[in-house]
Amino acid sequence: MLGRATYLALMAGCLLVTLPLELVLKAGVYRRPRRWLAAVLPVFLAFSFWDWLAIRRNHWSYSSTYTSGIELLGIPLEELVFFVVVPTCALLTYQAVVRLLPARASR
Amino acid sequence: MIREYTLAAAAGVALTVLLELLILRTGLFRDPRYWVALAVIAAFQLLVNGVLTCPPIVSYDPAEILGPRIVCAPVEDLGFGFAMVTTTIALWRRAGSAPGER
Repeated sequence: MLGRATYLALMAGCLLVTLPLELVLKAGVYRRPRRWLAAVLPVFLAFSFWDWLAIRRNHWSYSSTYTSGIELLGIPLEELVFFVVVPTCALLTYQAVVRLLPARASR
Repeated sequence: MIREYTLAAAAGVALTVLLELLILRTGLFRDPRYWVALAVIAAFQLLVNGVLTCPPIVSYDPAEILGPRIVCAPVEDLGFGFAMVTTTIALWRRAGSAPGER
């Protein structure tokens, strides 16, 4: 249906679905770009390397039907986007919970 | 035969736990808000994993995984996701305790 844009569309969907967490619940992830970078950049690098290794060791492979075919350093573009988008969505979820639940039970 | 993804996923989980407990030490695992967030994230992970592995967009070499699958994705993916999400949140908390950050 979405063809080669399918994987990228899924990533766009993740960003869209979690956007209200920032805008409505005031998660404060996009508004703290330095802190966001400090959390996401090391994860992006480490997991892109894991992906690079796993592709070379043939642990997994990607369908040419549902991906753009664009690669950077031997890693599909979609995967690089994944390692930015998914950690970001995770932070938005965590921050939304922090906003909604009092810190009473934690230190 | 060593199932490499199984081994890598287990190592990823172990390294993540050690990173938090020994180096970052943000108290993450004692904070109920982390576990609530992890449960919500895990639910959405199953959804995203399903879209990625059911068509499939991503295929796995059966020789490198144990075999059991959850919504099409190998169980190893849960370890991969836990490692990625937990490391991100731990680094976020760590960065938040730096001067000038709220």
